[in-house]
Parts: sequence; structure tokens; C-alpha cells
Amino acid sequence: MALSATEILEGLAEIVSEETGLPVESVKAESTFAEDLDIDSLSMMTIMTYAEERFNVRIPDEEATSLSTVQDAVSFIEKAQEA
Amino acid sequence: MTTLKVTEPTAYSRILGIGGVRGERVVTNDDIAGPINSSDEWIQQRTGIVTRRRAAADVSLLDMCEQAGRQAIEASGVDPAEIDVVILGTITHMEQTPSAAAIVADRLGLTPAAAYDISAACAGYCYGIGQADALVRAGTAQNVLVIGAERMSDVIDPTDRTISFLLGDGAGAAVVGASDTPGIGPTIWGSDGSLAHLIKQTHSWLTFRDGTDTTWPTLRQEGPTVYKWATFQMAPVALRAIEAAGLQPEDIDVFIPHQANMRIIDQMVKLLHLRDDVIVARDIAETGNTSAASIPLATERLLRENQATGGQIALQIGFGAGVAYAAQVVVLPNKTHTV
Repeated sequence: MALSATEILEGLAEIVSEETGLPVESVKAESTFAEDLDIDSLSMMTIMTYAEERFNVRIPDEEATSLSTVQDAVSFIEKAQEA
Repeated sequence: MTTLKVTEPTAYSRILGIGGVRGERVVTNDDIAGPINSSDEWIQQRTGIVTRRRAAADVSLLDMCEQAGRQAIEASGVDPAEIDVVILGTITHMEQTPSAAAIVADRLGLTPAAAYDISAACAGYCYGIGQADALVRAGTAQNVLVIGAERMSDVIDPTDRTISFLLGDGAGAAVVGASDTPGIGPTIWGSDGSLAHLIKQTHSWLTFRDGTDTTWPTLRQEGPTVYKWATFQMAPVALRAIEAAGLQPEDIDVFIPHQANMRIIDQMVKLLHLRDDVIVARDIAETGNTSAASIPLATERLLRENQATGGQIALQIGFGAGVAYAAQVVVLPNKTHTV
């Protein structure tokens, strides 16, 4: 069963927190990966790999680099779940 | 009926001695940051590299191979007359033929040893150890000198932000011979040419010759994708090597991955669930990424600095352009070359 946007956001926040050491609460939908969360391209790859595993979706590398905010990633995963 | 006589197999092989030489020039991040509009902080944070070692102008790939090979032979205690194969992993021997291995074999007084180069980039050394193990156990070779060596500074572009700034020069070597006990576990190896574009030469020598592109061909990589492949695809390969050797991750004393990037090393350590006290090779911080030379150089350092000792169980894994990869569990040799 497809997860809701809220559930995806929660799961993604946990993954980001694990990779960056930031508290889960600091990962908000409007946060930008690069500026707000200080996530570089290599960390982004790690986060997206764990997200693929957790949400059972495929996130191509070129998509991963174009996701600017956490909400962008949530929306992408939400759509990918339906595919 | 006529029956052929075949070689007598030997039960086990092991690494008998290790040697290594690094380029003598210490190149700092500040030395190379200008042309890539970068900084010491950015490079350290992205790669863990503080310095990389590059060869002096008058030191060739063959010179480094000869020196590392001599050290490994001395450390092994093997009579050079009993070394009958030389395998050299490299992608920076700048002549199509003859092989670097044949010349190095002769310089070391090993003629008429069989000698050949292998092109498996950063997996070259582990490919060589896998072959040496098979040759010795099959009885095809008595002792094999395996060398991983690169003069990567010949194929770098100072303005390239993808890979050049990581690269260093050096040569590492190991002598593999017969053993009373198992010393080299099964090699888990492979390749996937469909990913060849991830790490490659900018253009071919023919393009260079024909004048279509007269810039010197250098290397490029798709960094983030290579990171993802190396980390998440290679950890399972390493686990298969552990399993093939009949061991569990907690049995590994020393982890010696290809020194590609400290971030890859750190992530692999997490994924492999190795023991908290596992010794992890981090030679990349001072030596940089030396491709085929990185694993034997990292091993040489661990032994020389007494961070690791002979008899310990080490997991080694090489991975890189091709893409090609190889992993095996080995028992570390007792001795390293002492200067």
C-alpha cells in the first residue's frame, strides 16, 4: 500500500537525520538539502539509496541531483510509488 | 592410451611479503585547489585527502615498480630464482607494448619469469592476487610477484573537478607462494562494461593522433554515481568474499578497501558491520588515490607502522573503471620491507 506524503516525510527525515546527525525535527518539508541541511552530492546519493530501499521506489541519479527541497523528494517518491 | 602429465596442485597459497613506494613529491590540497576553484577544506570534506603523493619528474612507472617489487621480494625471503610469474596491474604504462611486467621482471633479475600486465584499473591488484593464488595452487607457478602500480599524474587534468585532484602515484607489490595453511580466500570478482562511461578516458589516442582533439587524453568520472556504485554495490561483493572464505564479518581484523575516497571507506565500514575494533586502512589521507597501487600501499603502511600484524585476517577489495571489481580475504604476511 502506498504511503502518504506525511509518512514519506517522516521516513525521509529519519534517513536524513541518520546521514547528517541533525535532529529529525529539523528536517522540514520546506528545507533545502544543500543550503538548509548542508547535504552535499555524495550524502544526497546515500540518502536517496536508503530512500529507494525504504520506500521501494527507483530514484535515478539525475533525478536525485535535481531535488532541491525535502518536499521535492517527498513528491517524487509519492509519484514513484504509484508507478 | 596416451595420458598427459599435468601440474601437481598445491593445497594453499599466501602472501609472503609486501613492498611499496610512493611518489616522493607531497602535493597539498592548496597546491592544486586554484585551477579547480576549490579549497583545502572542500577537498578534505569531500574526499578525506590531505595530501597526495606524486612521482618526481625523473621517476618512471617502471622505476617505482622495480623498487616496490624488490622490497616485496626481500620481505618475502623468497629466492628470486624461484619467482616464475610477474603480474602487473596498471592503467598508466604509456606504451602499448612491450608489457611493463616483462621489463620490470628483467630489471629485478627474474628473467625468464612469465610476465604480463592486466588492465583492471583500481581492481588490478586484487585481480592479480586472485590470479596468483590460482596459479600457485594449480602448480602452474611456484611464486608470483604481483604489482599494482600507477603514475596517475600522467593522465590528470589540473582543471578537472571530477577525479584528477584525488590521484597520486606509487607502486605496491606482493609475493604470493605456497603455504601450509590457507592464506588467500576465494576471489569474488567481476565487471560490468555497461557502466564503462562512469570512469573513463576523455578521448581515445586515435582521436588525439588524428587531430580531432589535440588535448592530452585524461581521466574523468561521474563522481556521485561512482560513489553510489562503489559504496552500495561493492559492500555486498565484500560480504560475499567473507562468506566464500567461510568467515563472518566479525572475523575480519583488518579492512583494506581501495583508497578511492574516505567517504566511500566510511560508508562501507558501516554497511559491512565489521567489529568496532577493526583496523581500517586510511592511507588515502596522505597518499591520495593511486588506483591499482592503493591496496598494497595501504597494506604496506599498516604493517610498517605496526597498526596491523602478520597473521591477521584482512579483507581487501578493489573497484574502479571498467567497471571492474575483486575482493578476497587474505592472511597478512609477517614481514614488510624495513628501510
